[in-house]
Amino acid sequence: MKVAFYPGCVSKGACPELYASAMAIAEPLGLELNELTEAPCTGAGVLSEQNTELADSLNGLTLAMAEDIGADLMTICSTCQGVLSNHNYHLQRDEQRLGKVNAVIGDQGFRYRGTTKVKHLLWMLVEDIGLDRVRAAIKRKLTGLKVAPFYGCYILRPAEYLGLIERPERKTYLEELIALLGAEPVEYRGSTKCCGFPMLTFNRDKSLAMAGNHILEAKDKGADVLVTPCPLCHLNLDGQQPDAARVLNAKIDVPIFHLPQLLGLAFGMSPSELRLDHHVVPTKGALERVELKV
Amino acid sequence: MQFTIEVGRYNPEGTYSDDAVAGEPFPAPWDKALPRRYQSFKVDLPEHAVVLDALIAIREYQDESLAVRCACRSAICGSCAMWVNGHAHLACKSKLSQFIKDGKTRVETPPSMPVIRDLVADMTPFWEKHLKVKPWLENKPLPKDPMEEYTVPNAAMEELIQEVICISCGACLMDCESFAVNPDFLGPQALAKAYRYVGDPRDAEHKERLGRLSERDGIWDCTHCYECVQQCPKGVAPLEQILKLRKLAVDAGFTGNPGTRHADAFGESVKHSGRLNELTLMPKSVGFFNVIDQLKTLPSAFNMARAGKLPPIIHKKIPGVNRIKAIFDRVGGRFK
Repeated sequence: MKVAFYPGCVSKGACPELYASAMAIAEPLGLELNELTEAPCTGAGVLSEQNTELADSLNGLTLAMAEDIGADLMTICSTCQGVLSNHNYHLQRDEQRLGKVNAVIGDQGFRYRGTTKVKHLLWMLVEDIGLDRVRAAIKRKLTGLKVAPFYGCYILRPAEYLGLIERPERKTYLEELIALLGAEPVEYRGSTKCCGFPMLTFNRDKSLAMAGNHILEAKDKGADVLVTPCPLCHLNLDGQQPDAARVLNAKIDVPIFHLPQLLGLAFGMSPSELRLDHHVVPTKGALERVELKV
Repeated sequence: MQFTIEVGRYNPEGTYSDDAVAGEPFPAPWDKALPRRYQSFKVDLPEHAVVLDALIAIREYQDESLAVRCACRSAICGSCAMWVNGHAHLACKSKLSQFIKDGKTRVETPPSMPVIRDLVADMTPFWEKHLKVKPWLENKPLPKDPMEEYTVPNAAMEELIQEVICISCGACLMDCESFAVNPDFLGPQALAKAYRYVGDPRDAEHKERLGRLSERDGIWDCTHCYECVQQCPKGVAPLEQILKLRKLAVDAGFTGNPGTRHADAFGESVKHSGRLNELTLMPKSVGFFNVIDQLKTLPSAFNMARAGKLPPIIHKKIPGVNRIKAIFDRVGGRFK
């Protein structure tokens, strides 16, 4: 299946393991990735709040690039998904806003007609690729591994922009996939909550408390690892975890996997191919539970 | 139709009926919340009944000691916000049939608020925040002629309708993620209310309000999680109003804060390279002269570098970055 692939800044920056693992699972899933190498950053909502027209134009350009390829736009980041969905929602319904965008990107030889569908890999796995295909790609069940899902706010809220009103089942795809891969999904309140990353620079200790509390809750419910479709959540949950432990005066030590890494393990790929050795919190203990070594 | 309602009960006397059982403790940061006992009731009600119908039926016919706060029963007085299956909702607006999980509906006061008795939360933290933003108009000087009217353009008031319809039920604050870890955060309702006055052309304190809201525990301490947008029963979308306040505050010159530095560093990076430069974003947002906070970020930076997760030192531009620059030149505003 052909998709316009939007990797997002973080998978090319501080989370290179996400990019590597997403590329690795494309083939077994039959995904033909047409990477939008010339597409700009979404602005992560930061640019939208200060300048809607600018953010409309940048995201309109990306949506137009996908439209030109003639395929759905696939994200691997809850934040990219949220921002692109938000702007797409408005551009598809507000002719005036779309007109302004086309006036701006028209100068660059682009035009957005409003037909692009923006879909996170997580949604595509269930809705487009299909669970049968995922099941067929499994070479090694992750039996015995307890996995706590961590969605990231922007793939869940606001429901209206993300099509969750028409498809409320999108709220439980992670649990479904974890079970399909042979692992055991852990139910806990924090799975749909905020990792705290958006306020890391404004109120560091509170942001880290937020991240740490959710991981500790999952750990308390028996989780060996957390899995997230959002690399920004990963930055706070993994990258800042030792600092969060210090703020909460607790021992955490729970590895955080990116969604493609968890899939890749079940598809029989090696931990190093999925770059599971590039984490702040070592993944060794969790991998040993499924008899794998880093 | 028969519904099973599991009511979270609390009373300071500690007297509970035998069938009220202790629940699981709440996770942090609510682990200090007073423990409740959960008591199940079965009620027969029509299919279209709401949660409040069930609570009133329990109080009237099964257990008159059940404390519930409610008045209008039609989603306008804002009294009956409570947790229904773990999220804040108005009991009078929530159809029972849509809130059945594992065969039952669980109602309780949210652990984010103190509890007085049973389903009655102590809303003091909410009202304190509400009052802090001075939720009233500060009049401009009175017209000399007492017969003269203040006239306001229609469009200005239309912009405020969304905030005016807030019924102060507190559902947004109950589920606010920032409030959960930072009790001093002004919270979504108070900030949305603040926008209602900041945006009112009759108000004399427009700029002063924006200045106060830009301080600690104000507009920049929202974590942007959209819980308030999701839970508001009236469509006020508090987060959207907080974002409007951020823009107005920056435009009014209140820029000496990490929030504005973060936005500026973000804009500069995307304009320059088409994408985010994570390496410079953090130090620029914290502020180069803020040595103490800069030092706090170092251990994490070190951990990430050791794991091979430090973004490349040489920040690459995306191909075709001139297109992005042209867009910034045309509509970039303060990011030009």
